[in-house]
Amino acid sequence: MTENYTALYEEHKKLGASFTDFGGWQMPLKYSSELAEHHAVRKAAGLFDLSHMGEVWVTGLEAGALLDYALVGKLSAIADGKAKYSLICNADGGVIDDLIVYRFGDEKYLVVPNAGNAPTVAVALAERAVAFNAKVEDASAITSLIAVQGPKAEAILLKLTAEAQHALVTDLKYYAFNELTVAGHDVILARTGYTGEDGFELFVPNDGAASLWASVAEAGAEFGIVPCGLASRDSLRLEAGMPLYGNELSLERSPFDAGLGGVVALKSKEGDFVGRAALEAVKEAGSQRKLVGLKGLGRRAGRGHYPVLKDGAVVGEVTSGQPSPTLGYPVAMAYVDVEHAELGTALDIDLRGKAEPFEVVALPFYKRQK
Amino acid sequence: MAKVAAELKYSAEHEWISTDGSGPSVVGVSAVAAEALGDIVYVDLPEVGSTVTAGETCGEIESTKSVSDLYSPVTGEVTEINDGAVGDPALINSDPYGAGWLFKVTVESEGPLLSAQEYAEVNGGEL
Repeated sequence: MTENYTALYEEHKKLGASFTDFGGWQMPLKYSSELAEHHAVRKAAGLFDLSHMGEVWVTGLEAGALLDYALVGKLSAIADGKAKYSLICNADGGVIDDLIVYRFGDEKYLVVPNAGNAPTVAVALAERAVAFNAKVEDASAITSLIAVQGPKAEAILLKLTAEAQHALVTDLKYYAFNELTVAGHDVILARTGYTGEDGFELFVPNDGAASLWASVAEAGAEFGIVPCGLASRDSLRLEAGMPLYGNELSLERSPFDAGLGGVVALKSKEGDFVGRAALEAVKEAGSQRKLVGLKGLGRRAGRGHYPVLKDGAVVGEVTSGQPSPTLGYPVAMAYVDVEHAELGTALDIDLRGKAEPFEVVALPFYKRQK
Repeated sequence: MAKVAAELKYSAEHEWISTDGSGPSVVGVSAVAAEALGDIVYVDLPEVGSTVTAGETCGEIESTKSVSDLYSPVTGEVTEINDGAVGDPALINSDPYGAGWLFKVTVESEGPLLSAQEYAEVNGGEL
């Protein structure tokens, strides 16, 4: 696999980042301490390079109809300027990717899939577009994405926008976006994130990425902003109970198993969509295993693929797990047999031969104070 | 901080051992390893009085991201463990060659050990 580098790679090197491969991209794992980065996002602000994520434009008269057919949600019903979380499934109902769809207008949508899946999603959308009057353009290679996450994110954005545009920032609701000028760059500013905190994601053409990154870092300095790598991004999203494709989501798991049944518009969409028949059957049959949250009662953390035990028998498998930096105890997400998925159920995780006690708890583990 | 402390010897598994000859030797993990592991949140050490064997696992080190086995660089009896590092594993990151030491051992025999120079060469660390 060829390695991909974001437009911010040189900035990360200058900041002393250690890198990791993620979905074929060389991405910062951390700059200093991943715990410090995690806490900065919970208490102040963090700056993330998410340029490895995909950006696929869907335009044309039937753009909305195409998305309704290609994805499991009713995307044509999103209001202009709003975003929606959705899934793209195959005909068997397996999840190809989870993604966010932004609606600019009746004939213009932006689809943001995960890094490693972006080419697959772009191809799948193009294939599914054949019978529609709609165009699919993969702009991933020319688009950068920078996230500013944390309670100080809004204050930082306000420093970088003209006063006349301040309301475009402050009035922006969660999962909504505006087009405006930030630090001299025309960006798409979305109030979205993957951390469980308030925050923004800024889409900017590659040639403006380094300059915008530097401006945000400078404006955020007085608020304690720090650059954050994928390690803290992972621990933040885990605390927030958000699924990661490849861990909680895969071709082998249905959206219903993952607790994402609400994203599948079986009722509100009248027409057919890819995966519909399979998903109806899966829903009818019910889930054998369900995604649950597990809270560690000891100090040891469960990790991906560790077995989950009930009285010594394997009843599930951990998908993600680590010590929660914010909560101070180990947390994990795991697929467990439905009969052991009730809140409060005592289970063990097989930690390399040692049974460590955990308890089924509600997701998310962490919810910010509003 | 130097990534490789000059006065110590190292195992290929990134443990260091002090060998000043008088009394039990001190064992820890190198700064190279501590950095690669990430923020360490838990450490499981051999019990005092137990015998550790060169090249075999004698504990675990858990960071936010992963769990790694701790290998003993020598064979011998454990005489003391660092309760400070057990209580505050972040010491292993902040001071791997000092306050973050792991255990003391009466050395019966050494496993294959590298000099600081050799270890630094293999791991790209600086002395």
